[in-house]
Amino acid sequence: MGKPKFAFYWCASCGGCEETVLDLNEKILEVVDKVDIVFWPVALDFKRKDIEVMKEGEIDVAFINGAIRTSEQEEMAKLLREKAKLVVAFGACAQLGGIPGLANFWVRSDIFDRIYKKVPTVANPEGVVPQQVVEMDGYKLTLPEFYDTVKTLDQTIPVDYYLPGCPPPPDLIMNAIETILKGELPEKGTVLAPDKALCDTCPRNETKPEKLSIKDIKRPHEVIIDPEKCFLAQGIICLGPVTRSGCGERCINANMPCRGCMGPTSEVRDQGAKAVSFIASILGVEDEEKLSEEEVQKLIDKIVDPAGTFYRFSLPASLLRRRRK
Amino acid sequence: MEPRIGVFVCHCGINIASTVDVKRVVEAIKGYPGVVHAEDYVYMCSDPGQELIRSRIKEKKLNGVVVAACSPTLHEATFRNTVSQVGLNPYRCEIANIREHCSWIHTDRDKATEKAIKIVKSIVEKVKLNDELLPISIPITKRALVIGGGIAGIQAALDIANAGYEVILVEKNPSIGGHMAQLSETFPTLDCAQCILTPKMVEVGQHPNIKLYNYAEVEDLSGYVGNFKVKIRLKASYVDWSKCVGCGVCMEKCPTKVPSEFEMGLTTRKAIYVPFPQAVPNKPVIDRENCLYFKTGKCRICEKVCTFGAIKFDEQDEFVEEEVGAIIVATGYELYPIEKIGEYGGGKYKDVINGLQFERLLSASGPTGGGVQRPSDRKVPKRVAFVSCVGSRDPELHKPYCSKVCCMYLTKHAMLYKHRVPDGEPIVFYIDIRSDGKGYEEFVQRAQEEEHVTYIRGKVSKIYEDNGELVLLAVDTLTGEPLEVRVDMVVLGMAIVPSPAVYELAKKLKIQIDANGFLTEAHPKLRPVETLTPGIFLAGCAHAPKDIPDTVAQASAAASKVLEMFSQKELQHDPMVATVDEDRCSGCGVCVTLCPYGAREIEVKDGKRVAKVNEAKCEGCGSCIAGCPAGACQQRNLKDEQLVNMVKAVLE
Repeated sequence: MGKPKFAFYWCASCGGCEETVLDLNEKILEVVDKVDIVFWPVALDFKRKDIEVMKEGEIDVAFINGAIRTSEQEEMAKLLREKAKLVVAFGACAQLGGIPGLANFWVRSDIFDRIYKKVPTVANPEGVVPQQVVEMDGYKLTLPEFYDTVKTLDQTIPVDYYLPGCPPPPDLIMNAIETILKGELPEKGTVLAPDKALCDTCPRNETKPEKLSIKDIKRPHEVIIDPEKCFLAQGIICLGPVTRSGCGERCINANMPCRGCMGPTSEVRDQGAKAVSFIASILGVEDEEKLSEEEVQKLIDKIVDPAGTFYRFSLPASLLRRRRK
Repeated sequence: MEPRIGVFVCHCGINIASTVDVKRVVEAIKGYPGVVHAEDYVYMCSDPGQELIRSRIKEKKLNGVVVAACSPTLHEATFRNTVSQVGLNPYRCEIANIREHCSWIHTDRDKATEKAIKIVKSIVEKVKLNDELLPISIPITKRALVIGGGIAGIQAALDIANAGYEVILVEKNPSIGGHMAQLSETFPTLDCAQCILTPKMVEVGQHPNIKLYNYAEVEDLSGYVGNFKVKIRLKASYVDWSKCVGCGVCMEKCPTKVPSEFEMGLTTRKAIYVPFPQAVPNKPVIDRENCLYFKTGKCRICEKVCTFGAIKFDEQDEFVEEEVGAIIVATGYELYPIEKIGEYGGGKYKDVINGLQFERLLSASGPTGGGVQRPSDRKVPKRVAFVSCVGSRDPELHKPYCSKVCCMYLTKHAMLYKHRVPDGEPIVFYIDIRSDGKGYEEFVQRAQEEEHVTYIRGKVSKIYEDNGELVLLAVDTLTGEPLEVRVDMVVLGMAIVPSPAVYELAKKLKIQIDANGFLTEAHPKLRPVETLTPGIFLAGCAHAPKDIPDTVAQASAAASKVLEMFSQKELQHDPMVATVDEDRCSGCGVCVTLCPYGAREIEVKDGKRVAKVNEAKCEGCGSCIAGCPAGACQQRNLKDEQLVNMVKAVLE
């Protein structure tokens, strides 16, 4: 029997998920030793047609990163699903929609308008925007369709496992690969990461006051952040309580609050809604009764871009998925 | 457990059946997954109705019951009791409210029936996943704490003590008695306040079941219903009451005079003082703020003259801890400060006084011996204006509510003034006269018709002094005529506001206060003397302005609630409380902040923070569950899975 066949593919994402594979460092050699990488456009010269000729189920695992926002990405996802025994949604964008998913606060025309016409560094006097089909010198040129709505991978194809994070931490990747190679697979649909929220492993959890309360909201650049104290106790919005652990507290250790890239724990359906709920729960507590409506509003208004803050990585996976058109 | 659910649809006479087609509900639910039996009956809560449910449980081997009827508040206990009589766990029975939530609020029979079916389906979904639960038993300490020694606290303490249980009574002032002790005579019978109050004060002081901590305050409270621990601060009185015999020589010789709180500043007391001669206990305290020795380090005259060696300047505040099972809060009221009413002089006119000051002027034990004299020059005022609704019923500037007693006491004041000064002329300014108590309207009629008190319907817009007289500007709203009335003295019916310390106390006790600072009852009609925190009850003006009969009635009601608790061996607590999945809890602590009952706390287990639920304290409100950012909390029999299934059943 040959080595298991792995495929990697990149949809709507920044490329960080590809790099994180390399962050396995020398361990990547162990991986390459044990598996055949049959498809990895960013690193190896295989083409779509190479996949198309494969048999159903010929690939053992397809790791797909990025959200789905074009017809090409959808086609590739479907193709890989057909050819792979297991599909792993790799990283926050594939799992939850990620940063590209924030586009769901707009529609395509808004986005094209901005990117191709209004960005200050763009000079486009004729107002050219990408078209799906263009005739030129008798030739028909086509581009994939750019969808109005960004989708998660599992809104496009069935997904077997999820590797969360922006990007997924190398130890979780290694752990997932080893689990797959050993064949000790958990229940389908499992997120291959711990299922407790980040506070559990946060080195600052002990510094929380008896009653957590935010009396004033600060953004990280507005204050000198105490490197040991719980961010929430300092009035800085931290999504640690509403975010899965397993990231290695990378942001926390860099003295930055959690932004939620690992997604919610398995019991939570909508990370952003939970975030709103828990922040509201600790906002202005104790003096709440004494605050006037205006003061409450003022405090809430200090959350700059609440939708983007609470749904930074998970808008397409939320209950509402997008802004109303 | 394979669900075998029976659905029993009640007509509630015509209450449900006239708007909801109950037969259609039965037919629609018959084939619903998990439902093995459905039928309707005209009054499900009646004896035959309950028997129907019991026999069907046995016949059809039902393991879950849905009664589609009225509100669970009304009959949940009834039907849970019914099913448990034939061995079904009571928590496998739920009410689908198709009356208050459906038939009563709709008119379209078709749509109402559709809605009723959806409500029933969603409750069936809930019952499917309901666990069999047992009530949580809590032991109970059969001692009560009463906070506040006014008439409310006195009545409550006596009722409980007379029933044979110990009472801890905490009073912040040197003496119990509260504001009632300051009153002259009481409406509508004009019996003397002192005469009816002081025997009760004495009874409290001597009662073997009452432990009185006067000059003391509640410092902290922990625990929960049946098992409270209260920390009480005993303020330093600098007098050893075990040695003091109350001879009064110290007070006589003390050189420092201070305005008397009891006499509403109309006269003075000494720095070592007993608030009033009938005080209980009749033991002096030293007012540290004003005592010459504490201020300058010299004097100690009281120490020298005390032949019993009872003065001890080195005394410190002390703390005691008491365990109690129930608490009655009776912290009373204050009058809205006159300083806030600029248009009436804001306190700068000596002869514009408040109702309690006038009570002292009328009182036989007051500074004038009951003769009405105005404070500025001790002259007998020949014309006195009584102004109602000062600060009350004024949502723009002051308090929106009616202070309830002012109409009556101003009427009483006018009448008593007329008795003391027969040629005097009392004029009452009012907006409306509220005289809704027993014998109250007759009392007002008597003042108007027999005692010839003048009543003018109109709010006084301004009071100013002119040539030794006070001038009131008003409009008689019955004639539309602007008035300028000159009088010798004005009595203001100031708004009643809660005692200022109540805000801090409410925080310590974790009970709610309303927008006006009064303590909130659990239900305005059905639970008027309970707070939302189990084991804590309310009495008197701390809850809302009220007169003496209402206060006494509420105090006795609160006491009977306490006695109801004490009559049980142990307390039963609803088991539908929050639970924590420790494998999911990250110890973020949001639940601790959220819990209004202090039932959530963080424990450190193997070096990790993890949240706990104190089941006895948890009221199952669900706040922590909604707020838990990790989905690590669930409420028993209201699990997320149940809620989702219920919503799905409705949206189908």
